[in-house]
Amino acid sequence: MIPTQLQRSGSGSTQSPRSPSSQEPFLSVSVIDPAKMGNGVQAYISYKVITKTNLPDYQGPEKIVIRRYSDFVWLRDRLFEKYKGIFIPPLPEKSTVEKFRFTAEFIEMRRQALDIFVNRIASHHILQQSEDLRIFLQADEQTMERARSQEIGIFKKKPADLMQIFKDVQSKVSDVVLGKEKPVEESTPEYEKLKRYIFELEDHLAEAQKHAYRLVKRHRELGQSLSEFGKAVKLLGTCEDNALGKVFSEVGDKAEIVSVKMQREAHHLLMNFEESLKDYVRAVQSIKATIAERANAFKQQCELAETIKFKEIDLNKLRLTRSEKLADAEREYDVLKADGEEATRRFEAIVQLMNEEIVRFQEQKTLDMGLAFHEFAKGQAHLANGIAEAWRSLLPKLEACASS
Amino acid sequence: MMGSENQEGGEARLQASREEMESLVLDGDDGRDHIGNSITSQSYANYRSAMTTLSSSFAASHHPLSFPTPADSDPLLSPPSPQPPLLKSPNSPKPRTTATDDPRHLDPPSYADVVSSPLDDSIEANGGSESPSQHSENSASSFSRSPFSSSDYLEIVVSNPQKEAESSKNSIVPGNNAYVTYLITTKTNISDYGGSQFSVRRRFRDVVTLSDRLSEAYRGFVIPPRPEKSVVESQVMQKQEFVEQRRVALQKYLRRLAAHPVIKKSDELRVFLQVQGRLPLPTSVDVASRMLDGAGKLPKQLFGDSRSVMGPQDVVQPAKGGRDLLRLFKELKQSVANDWGASRPPAEEEDQEFLDRKQWLHDLEQHLTNASKQAEALVKAQQGLADTMGELGLAFIKLTKFENEEAVLNTQRVRAADMKSLATTAVRVSRYHRGLNAQTVKHLDTLHEYLVLMLAVHNAFSDRSSALLTVQTLLSELSSLHSRAEKLETASSKIFGGDKSRIRKTEELKDTIRVTEDAKGCAIREYERIKENNRCEIERLDRERRTDFVNMLKGFVTNQVTYMEKIGIEWTKVAEETNRYAKETA
Repeated sequence: MIPTQLQRSGSGSTQSPRSPSSQEPFLSVSVIDPAKMGNGVQAYISYKVITKTNLPDYQGPEKIVIRRYSDFVWLRDRLFEKYKGIFIPPLPEKSTVEKFRFTAEFIEMRRQALDIFVNRIASHHILQQSEDLRIFLQADEQTMERARSQEIGIFKKKPADLMQIFKDVQSKVSDVVLGKEKPVEESTPEYEKLKRYIFELEDHLAEAQKHAYRLVKRHRELGQSLSEFGKAVKLLGTCEDNALGKVFSEVGDKAEIVSVKMQREAHHLLMNFEESLKDYVRAVQSIKATIAERANAFKQQCELAETIKFKEIDLNKLRLTRSEKLADAEREYDVLKADGEEATRRFEAIVQLMNEEIVRFQEQKTLDMGLAFHEFAKGQAHLANGIAEAWRSLLPKLEACASS
Repeated sequence: MMGSENQEGGEARLQASREEMESLVLDGDDGRDHIGNSITSQSYANYRSAMTTLSSSFAASHHPLSFPTPADSDPLLSPPSPQPPLLKSPNSPKPRTTATDDPRHLDPPSYADVVSSPLDDSIEANGGSESPSQHSENSASSFSRSPFSSSDYLEIVVSNPQKEAESSKNSIVPGNNAYVTYLITTKTNISDYGGSQFSVRRRFRDVVTLSDRLSEAYRGFVIPPRPEKSVVESQVMQKQEFVEQRRVALQKYLRRLAAHPVIKKSDELRVFLQVQGRLPLPTSVDVASRMLDGAGKLPKQLFGDSRSVMGPQDVVQPAKGGRDLLRLFKELKQSVANDWGASRPPAEEEDQEFLDRKQWLHDLEQHLTNASKQAEALVKAQQGLADTMGELGLAFIKLTKFENEEAVLNTQRVRAADMKSLATTAVRVSRYHRGLNAQTVKHLDTLHEYLVLMLAVHNAFSDRSSALLTVQTLLSELSSLHSRAEKLETASSKIFGGDKSRIRKTEELKDTIRVTEDAKGCAIREYERIKENNRCEIERLDRERRTDFVNMLKGFVTNQVTYMEKIGIEWTKVAEETNRYAKETA
């Protein structure tokens, strides 16, 4: 949980909220206590979401609500629709494999990701003011459920469908970027560069994440085989007499200790490094969705501009012929003009927001990755040093045995 | 696991990325860390492919590496070679997964293909842990029990396989048979050899001869088993991989012989290593051709000819097929009587100590097999970790390059720098892991060596058992001869004036008894001799085993400490560099 300050501009800072006497507005959220609800196919996990705040709109100082994964999805969808141009923080994926849905590890990874998700929203200077966020953090469960089921429009109820839509959007965006769809395409060199960057970045990150995941597995495998090896060594020692037999036994025991260390580091790697990389990938995918929105907005603007042009021509024709339809046509024209201006405004807002968001994103990612690298190096150093120490303690005895 | 992931089709990419790793140059590193160095991508590709094929098809396909490795096995199955009847059944279940019927066949551990790269050698030199020789081939030559002691040494190198054509006039099989010869170079200071360095060319058949003659001459000794024969066609014989594997196997075999304190001084070995031209030992073919003589003798033997007696000269060897058909039959009868007969055999294995020892060795073998298997798995897992760490580093190097090239904001460059530090360390650490693994292989190979020795111990024990059976058979024979003699005595004493034919028979019988007594005496002496050989060898093995196992454990543990310390230092550096990102929350 990251306590956050409310900011009117710039990125969030991380000051402690433990100064209740100060009049600074703060909003701190944590997602904890996953609990399994229901049975069988209907079973799901619910989370406690705790909000600590002194904001006027919120029921302070503390409010606890129960939320499930689909509620988070609802929040993300609403924000995505309302705040076009902003990179909405990504959500952890829905689990496709049934048997992993309720493993402790999966649940913990998801909880951690959801916690980060909400906190990112709460620390974003624009998103934190959203009404949907307030509903999410404060509404009782029935209200939440009603809101969730009312959600129609492009984002249907099931998150699986949402995934599909994202995929469609992604492919549409790649089409656009790859130039498959010809006409309505924004193509300033900087924006082209950005789009290319985002797409290539995703590939690189995905590969790194894949290897990170494999590395976790390798740690587990090595831990496992060390444990087995230790047992085998102990058995072998039973054939030996006292002194040598004891040495074997101790080697076997140490192998088991080292094995445990490896398993621990595997878990640490998973939660602190691999998850961070996955999160990075998701963030980039979210940017791609925003790119798609921008493309849509641009397309709408262009199409309207086209329509307006044609309407102008029609209008002039009607003026010349002094037709009765002129008045209607003029009214339609005005409406169209207004729409056009609106579309342009929307598009430009997106462009503006995206420019800011990119800067924010890069800064945030440097911090996130720096931390991830630090955790990685720290964990590996700790592991290596621990292993060296464990084995080192056996050396005197082995020396003694060898020289006797 | 590793194998299946490669089978997903990633292997080609893996090899490509390995080569990329070689060619990437990282600026700002000191010379030792320069990735674009002399490690050929070939070597990585080789052992990568070796590990892949090993994990994907454990059974028979041992793929070659283009340079020497300690791998030694026949990739092909062979039927059980003819053995003395009391050897344990060739169908005993083998703990290893290869389907072979012959208990003498033992796969090398599948990690035997892991090779240390030149870079790891330099790390070894700096880290300074163990014996000076790095090349993995030297692992078989000694267990570092007394490396390069001032006492005698015998170093053997097998190299340079060459195809030669056999002229058809001498061979039984018509036509031109090509065969392979190997150059065997010896360096020694043993005085018997009268020379310090010399070479001969030998073919595999010569090795079989050597091995057979040694088994005959050194009954009761724990003699390292020779590499497997192969019954397949000349097509396979000439394949380069097969030849290479055989070369390695021969080298290992000869080195083991040279390490045996008694056998290294044997005439058979000396003659094999030194005498140019044709090997002057009686070949097994010659022995087998006596089969024809044996078949001719059989009718006479069956009809009770006096020539059917076992003479002293025969009893010093176990009964073999061929000339000893009758003896084989008698001994078989005896062994059945031993197992199923109501009465006890005339002489028994009384040595309880021996029986206990047998049991203990059985347990040792089981535990060794298990440990060897787990050692293989451990080495594989260590290799997997090393590889994946390297791949991760590589992926981050690519990302670093990308971010640097595409950077628009300075924060991207900062991130790229952080990433690069992590990436280069990961690649470096990956190399350390590989080095550690190569050393681990060398040490844990001791387990495999001792498993091979277990087979030899079985042979030594069966020498003893078959000698005992010979004694028992002779004792039974004697007792039946004596009772026949008695019957004849009583029968002829009833006839007045004697019975000419009976008297003649009695005389003949007395002769037979005398010869058989001599044979019995010989057999008993032989048995005692073999028992003594057994005892000495087991004692020697005990001593050596303790030393070798302690050294193995010590080496294993020392390596772990050395490499983990180095790895810890590397990561601590990166952790310190990235400390500013650390979370402030307690």
